[in-house]
Amino acid sequence: MLLRHTPSEIKERKALNVNPAKTCQPIGAMYAALGIHGCLPHSHGSQGCCAYHRSTLTRHYKEPVLAGTSSFTEGASVFGGQANLVQAIDNMFTVYNPEVIAVHTTCLSETIGDDIPQIARKAEADGKIPKGRFVIHASTPSYVGSHVTGFSSMTKSMVDYFARFSGKRTDTINIIPGYVEPSDMEEIKRLAAEMGVKNIMFPDTSNVMNSPQTGRFEMYPRGGVTVEALARTGDSSGTLALGKLASSAAARALDIKCKVPCEILDLPIGLNNTDLFIDALRKMAGVSVPESVNVDRGRLLDIITDMHQYFYGKKVGLVGDPDHLVALTEFLVSIDMWPVHIVTGTPGKAFEKRIREITREVPHEVNVGAPGDMFLFHQWVKNEPVDLLMGNTYLKYIARDEDIPLVRFGFPILDRVGHSYFPTVGYRGGMRLLEKILDALLDRKDRDDPEEGFELVM
Amino acid sequence: MSSTCEERTELECEYVDPGEVKQELISRYPTKVARKRAKQIVVNEVGECGEVPEIGANTRTIPGIITQRGCTYAGCKGVILGPTRDIVNITHGPIGCGFYSWLTRRNQTKPEDARDENFMTYCFSTDMQDEDIVFGGEKKLKAAIQEAYDIFKPKAISIFATCPVGLIGDDIHAVAREMKEKLGINIFGFSCEGYRGVSQSAGHHIANNGIFTHVVGGKDEGKEGKFKINLLGEYNIGGDAFEIDRVLEDCGITLVSTFSGNSTYDQFASAHMADLNTVMCHRSINYVADMMENKYGIPWIKVNFIGAEATAKSLRKIAAYFEDEELTARVEEVIARELPAVEKVRDEVRSRCEGKLAMLFVGGSRAHSYQELFREIGMKTIAAGYEFAHRDDYEGRNVLPSIKVDADSRSIEDLEIHPDPQRYRLRKPTEALEELRSKGLPLKEYEGMMAEMAEKTLVVDDISQYETEKLIEIYKPNIFCAGIKEKYVVQKQGVPMKQLHNYDYGGPYAGFKGAINFYEEIDRMVNSKVWSYLKAPWQKCPELSARYACD
Ligand code: SF4
Ligand code: SF4
Repeated sequence: MLLRHTPSEIKERKALNVNPAKTCQPIGAMYAALGIHGCLPHSHGSQGCCAYHRSTLTRHYKEPVLAGTSSFTEGASVFGGQANLVQAIDNMFTVYNPEVIAVHTTCLSETIGDDIPQIARKAEADGKIPKGRFVIHASTPSYVGSHVTGFSSMTKSMVDYFARFSGKRTDTINIIPGYVEPSDMEEIKRLAAEMGVKNIMFPDTSNVMNSPQTGRFEMYPRGGVTVEALARTGDSSGTLALGKLASSAAARALDIKCKVPCEILDLPIGLNNTDLFIDALRKMAGVSVPESVNVDRGRLLDIITDMHQYFYGKKVGLVGDPDHLVALTEFLVSIDMWPVHIVTGTPGKAFEKRIREITREVPHEVNVGAPGDMFLFHQWVKNEPVDLLMGNTYLKYIARDEDIPLVRFGFPILDRVGHSYFPTVGYRGGMRLLEKILDALLDRKDRDDPEEGFELVM
Repeated sequence: MSSTCEERTELECEYVDPGEVKQELISRYPTKVARKRAKQIVVNEVGECGEVPEIGANTRTIPGIITQRGCTYAGCKGVILGPTRDIVNITHGPIGCGFYSWLTRRNQTKPEDARDENFMTYCFSTDMQDEDIVFGGEKKLKAAIQEAYDIFKPKAISIFATCPVGLIGDDIHAVAREMKEKLGINIFGFSCEGYRGVSQSAGHHIANNGIFTHVVGGKDEGKEGKFKINLLGEYNIGGDAFEIDRVLEDCGITLVSTFSGNSTYDQFASAHMADLNTVMCHRSINYVADMMENKYGIPWIKVNFIGAEATAKSLRKIAAYFEDEELTARVEEVIARELPAVEKVRDEVRSRCEGKLAMLFVGGSRAHSYQELFREIGMKTIAAGYEFAHRDDYEGRNVLPSIKVDADSRSIEDLEIHPDPQRYRLRKPTEALEELRSKGLPLKEYEGMMAEMAEKTLVVDDISQYETEKLIEIYKPNIFCAGIKEKYVVQKQGVPMKQLHNYDYGGPYAGFKGAINFYEEIDRMVNSKVWSYLKAPWQKCPELSARYACD
């Protein structure tokens, strides 16, 4: 057994986290920053954090992930990291020539209390920031929230630093996609384009974290929202923010700063949430929904109705980030699956309340952990087995020990490809998710059915 | 690339003047940075007695340069303590540090029994929150240790401090002592905050000190055998240790402990029962080797089980140390038995790889030891460097007295070690050791990477992203070896990249069978057709009409 020391008996823990279902803020900030075109993220702290964040993002995306670090040593930890950051800014602009350096803090620099804007001003005064180049920052202490919080803060910084109202409204809609894959961002943009909606998406990691193999390395790939587009977000006529935790801070900031009204929705995962997204986008932009989108929707629904018997009443255990889980749980419940154990590592009371609402009609006791960890989740699974697990790669240890099929979903996925190329949002993403769920469930059925009950047609 | 590989002949790169390359690498940097990097980039020359130029190493990382390096915590918890299966390792800090070091290093472990302890699949953290940072985290740490004990009943618990912990002043050692007393199991802490050193290397040292102080010598019975050794600095990535174990066992050599691949607490505790220490990764573990010599009288020799010839040589060294005819004969027998299979694959692979170019920028020992494997299949290492090594790993241990101790290294204690009154036992009289030395068995010696590298190759310490890109552009190597962060940067340049930290999820590469695996893997990588698809037909030949002319 891989997790041989996990007992089914649950003892309350107040201090020890075992097998976390979250990670720390800066990695989310780094990921968001990569969604700005020409941006070099920078980690202000000791170099280990940066090495870890780059490694984890690299393993998940199988793409280059470059970022600087202030490489604190003992001295910087005592006296503050100003000298380190000014030097880092100088070196990065000189050697790597980014358009933007996006600084995030770490637990260390937060605990010290380094004032990043002040240091950036110092760098500017010293002539270390070339004309037309920018240093932005987000505060990302990891003893608060999780990687999703860091993503949210860096996204909000894009508004704080760049958005401005020029005095003239445009008919453009801002879309804040949430902490999703580059493929998801691409799919959301595709849907908006299909509907004829002019939009600015930020952050936008498509064509950055899923860039093609060409034999030529580009430090700053084609994708990413430009600084110029970020500035124009202040002129847009509305903002659609997807995923409350990851996106609402930026949307609200834009409303306050530039009076751009916003609507905050759940991530468009599954039929209903995609319906809500399309409907909101249609109204906000004043367009009608083209037939092609109806066709996509109809196809997703077709799979649901055709294969409903295999979904019905299947118990599922979910681990992931709050925004993902809220939308995914809704989707699963909508096709009559029963999410019964749901764990996120990110703290927050609203999450449990939302999940309880969504699972109200599930005819089964539902365990919700927020914040919880995978150890607790595993114990729940041992006590009440499920038919399917969904979550990141670390779940495969539980899946193997308990012999339960696993659909990989969320962050990080370290052992499979696909997530950066094929979406799980929108109607097409919903189809892909269902295909994965069905493959997992039916492969298991094919493995386990007795010979006389082995089915050719399903 | 199979076709373009041919174009990358030795000839081509002999036209490149390494001095000019060095100039080009540093010309991009601001003056102060260029001056510092100039010391860390060296054109290799080997003098008649093996003397090599001085290189800057183990100095502070330049902020913003985009380094490969990680932190002290990673070196301590991740590298040295990570591979031991039956200690509950609690990371004291916010969640990230623990999360990222959870299962990501590929140290394999194999408990003998299904009920044996194995905590390596678990990640334990105090997940510090706001209030712990403000009011201190000692209370939470104590509670966490108690909970870990209540649930898992381990024989030992260790605590790893992360950056904020040192800053707020939590005394993890006091907590460890108190809980050790209370629970009656061994509990010990490591002050391995990331900022304590310039790289992972500081963490190795801290881990060496901690293990040596708190664990080694705690158990006076260990594995019995006639030829008892410890293997130090072997971390069982991809199952390397299993292959080495197999070979040693065949030779009749008893492995008392491994630091720390596939290891257990009891192995560490009884390590002082061995009669010889063999050191694989000099950088990460030489401290323990020295300390064991001073405290218990166990001599050490440098070995290398990466490469078939190197493996054979290392086995012979061990046999030479024990001066036992039977052992010598057995070792020769094993070598004679293993080598034919290796040679068969080697010769075949060599016919396809001869003359191709490799670059290795990794770790603190593999950038050296893997050159051996490349050499065996006729490939040339054109440039190499370490991520976190010291000058002795480059230039050899004879430069040790001349290494200046700077402020960053001084913060890590060099333990003063005295002979243990009961357990010190000189394994061989000094004269006997001297005689062995004069017969060509180097004791306590490591000649470093540079002496074994060709003239005019480039040696680059703590290589930056920019330098990586530039070197590839200039030399167009056939393969580049580094870690996960470099993997796709290199491959996006159209060059196959082999990870030498985690072996790209392959291995083992140590020992005889490992050598075969490695030859085959490199053959696959440098001779694969997949690299020839970079251009689509219409990119090779954009004209609409002249279709046939292009073929
Ligand atoms: S906080 Fe410190 S210990 Fe943790 S990863 Fe960062 S540098 Fe390493
Ligand atoms: S110190 Fe904080 S920011 Fe750095 S890895 Fe640990 S949790 Fe993350």
